[in-house]
Amino acid sequence: MTRFATSESMSMSQLELPEVNVATLSNRDRIINDLKAICPGEAVISHDSEMRAFESDGLTAYRQMPLVVVLPETVDQVSQVLKYCHENEVRVVPRGAGTSLSGGALPLQDGVLLGLGKFNKILEVDYDNRCVVAEPGVTNLGISNAVEERGFYYAPDPSSQIACSIGGNIAENSGGVHCLKYGLTTNNVLGLEVVLITGEVVQIGGKHMESEGYDLLGLMTGSEGLLGVVTKVTVRILRKPETARALLIGFPSSEDAGQCVADVISEGIIAAGMEMMDKYAIHAAEDFVQAGYPLDVDALLIVELDGPEVEVDYLIERVSSIAKTNKAVSVAASNNEEERLNFWAGRKAAFPAIGRISPDYYCMDGTIPRHKLPVVLKRMAQMSADYGLRVANVFHAGDGNMHPLILYDANVPGELEKTEEFGGEILKLCVEVGGVLTGEHGVGVEKRDLMPVMFSKTDLEHQQRVKCAFDAKGLLNPGKVFPELYNCAEMGRMHISGGKLPFPDIPRF
Amino acid sequence: MTEIFKPANEQQVVEAVQWALANETAMELVGSRSRQRIGNAMETGCGLDLSDLTGITLYEPEELVLAAGAGCMLADIEKELADKGQAFAFEPPDFSHLLGSKTSGTLGGMVACSFAGPRRVQAGGVRDHVLGVRAISGRGEVFKTGGRVVKNVTGYDLPKILTGSWGTLAAMTQITFKVLPKPETEATLAIIGLENDQAMKAMSAGLGAPVDVSAAAHIPKARTLLRLEGIAPSVAARIESLKTLLSPFGELDVLGRDTSREVWSKIRDVRLLGDEQDNAIWRISVPPSEGAKVLAEIEKSIEVNAFFDWGGGLIWLEVLNQTRACAAEIRGTITATGGHATLIRATEKSQAGSAVFQPQSSVLTMLAGRLKNSFDPKGILNPGRMQSTGE
Repeated sequence: MTRFATSESMSMSQLELPEVNVATLSNRDRIINDLKAICPGEAVISHDSEMRAFESDGLTAYRQMPLVVVLPETVDQVSQVLKYCHENEVRVVPRGAGTSLSGGALPLQDGVLLGLGKFNKILEVDYDNRCVVAEPGVTNLGISNAVEERGFYYAPDPSSQIACSIGGNIAENSGGVHCLKYGLTTNNVLGLEVVLITGEVVQIGGKHMESEGYDLLGLMTGSEGLLGVVTKVTVRILRKPETARALLIGFPSSEDAGQCVADVISEGIIAAGMEMMDKYAIHAAEDFVQAGYPLDVDALLIVELDGPEVEVDYLIERVSSIAKTNKAVSVAASNNEEERLNFWAGRKAAFPAIGRISPDYYCMDGTIPRHKLPVVLKRMAQMSADYGLRVANVFHAGDGNMHPLILYDANVPGELEKTEEFGGEILKLCVEVGGVLTGEHGVGVEKRDLMPVMFSKTDLEHQQRVKCAFDAKGLLNPGKVFPELYNCAEMGRMHISGGKLPFPDIPRF
Repeated sequence: MTEIFKPANEQQVVEAVQWALANETAMELVGSRSRQRIGNAMETGCGLDLSDLTGITLYEPEELVLAAGAGCMLADIEKELADKGQAFAFEPPDFSHLLGSKTSGTLGGMVACSFAGPRRVQAGGVRDHVLGVRAISGRGEVFKTGGRVVKNVTGYDLPKILTGSWGTLAAMTQITFKVLPKPETEATLAIIGLENDQAMKAMSAGLGAPVDVSAAAHIPKARTLLRLEGIAPSVAARIESLKTLLSPFGELDVLGRDTSREVWSKIRDVRLLGDEQDNAIWRISVPPSEGAKVLAEIEKSIEVNAFFDWGGGLIWLEVLNQTRACAAEIRGTITATGGHATLIRATEKSQAGSAVFQPQSSVLTMLAGRLKNSFDPKGILNPGRMQSTGE
């Protein structure tokens, strides 16, 4: 089948992807055959009906059929595929489980979609060094499951943990509800094996702490598939705390809830998790799962404390009393595991609960300094009225990461575009108050065009040159993260001005 | 004597770097010079002293965030934090005993050199606490990266690349940190007289137990130490659990808060060895379970004093009568286990031309070279400081 240069994108929104390389499209049959020679059997998928499953990731508003899908089984195949694409200037989009909420794995019409799903084995569990070595396609929860028998777990727990892959977690630097105490992905990775676009295989770090030289572990984590393809991951595992208890606290306003969070932290208490929900989210969740949430409050806070029993019991008391001094109208503490899980049930079901009452919803992911929450909520409510779109809020209160859910109906003409504009305004507001565009979902294609809101041209150029250091031809996941494609050679040039010391002011010795 | 620029603000840093660029003059970046002895020797035409970039620009204890000039003295900042019951959780060490420096250095130096103390095993390293940076790259341009919030995946995590880059990529002017509450109290369980390999096992058992061990060190032929921190009733309960767990290993002793603090500050600052200034000092990072084996291998041919931190994953090594062959032997041993060795202190004679940092694979060397080139194409910032990363 021949494919044409015209876009087959089904996106309802105006998303600009890099200009299609016509030569690649016209060579499609040859490329498919060459890839089949590298990855024999069923590993190369080129029929539309079979490729359909890959046309979108978790950000389903955008869809695009890839040039071809390749599902390699060995590191050597990954290396050869990348080397081939590098030599033939074919673009590559890496994909893990495809749960990205920012379009990080959105295919390109002229790009090979490189799926790592077959890399699904745990390679080693090393309790002596408290780490697990896994292939990138293993799910986040799969790692915890592999070490559960000895009472260990892997700390970062994005809400998609049952499905999302550890390789994807590396690409996005995924978080979860326990980040303040246990960190994000980047704080829990010890080693990586990465294949560069040239096909070279690099080992970074290992089972030891602190990788040598420049911190490429830190750089790779959160690089959204633009710098290399991860083929092996070493993560640290932790022993599960002895006990965990939660508090469910209702407040008359989000200001009071926010002040309670600030006071808890000021007292030196680092909770395992602190989650806030606004009235809209509380009602939707309660209607859905009947968790017993109070319905007469404006903000609900779940505070989880973990550790030895004596510590947890003591902290439950301290946090309860802090809550009461902050006008809490209801304070309930879990007394057993069942009650604790029930407190969480509503929060964990918040997204599907919203999905139940609205045809579509759009999940945002900004982070703000915690104390800015009331002002952000207030302005968001105003925007909600202006746009005529409802918004529900769940908030990782411990670390300032907020997830406003904008409710819309994609079947209403223009409503998706309006929703995206509203979402963009929310993220700009996050930056305005000292926060950032994305806390844990990644920039992807979704927030790409907002990058200049947070970064100057010079800031972005320093990042883009890092991309050039890894992928000078710009073949790995182009069109993601950065608002414009760029020419590495041009950007590398330096314009040195002046020459003589024109500043008598600098003290010299 | 070479000229040293001492800018009073960010704009003057820009001007100084631009001047260096235009004159193709390499610069040595310095703060308070407390760690100046570490790193490969360089040939530079001028100095860039960043110690006047001081001042806390943001400190919100309830938000666990602090931003300050790179030239701030660490000791001053630690005092500010302590006033609010907070600290840098990675326990920044003070190497003045080892290096003969007068202070524990500046924030910029702390980040550029990236050394974490005993709590590394629990709280992470320097890299895990740097949230944002403002810097001037070797292109003479100001850029910012990261932010002031913990959860941030907006763009590449360049604060991590700058942390531990030894001033070879950019001159940092302002750094934003995640800070944490200081533990209310602490206690340490000591096991007496374990052989090194048994000590590794005991530390591994402790670190793998649900008692939240915040540091684990072993001093050969003396004691194996495991620290617990937190609120008093919790520490007391966990010490009991840990005693039960580790009693099969040998005789136990509990160190109360004050003794515990004193012992761990000695371990953190490496005051347990290195008195003899002519002896070389190495800092070796290996998988924790390999610590004893690595030391045993080194001891076969080299006369050393040593102790272990990070549950066995960090070996501090003092080499008596070091020769070039010693360095090769140490590095060769580590190549087999994974990890790296850094020569923290040496005389010209004992260094004998050995690289300070562990040589890396050819691909990593190539990547490091390209990264360096992307930030500093003319090679004017600390050129050669980290030779092993391919400059």
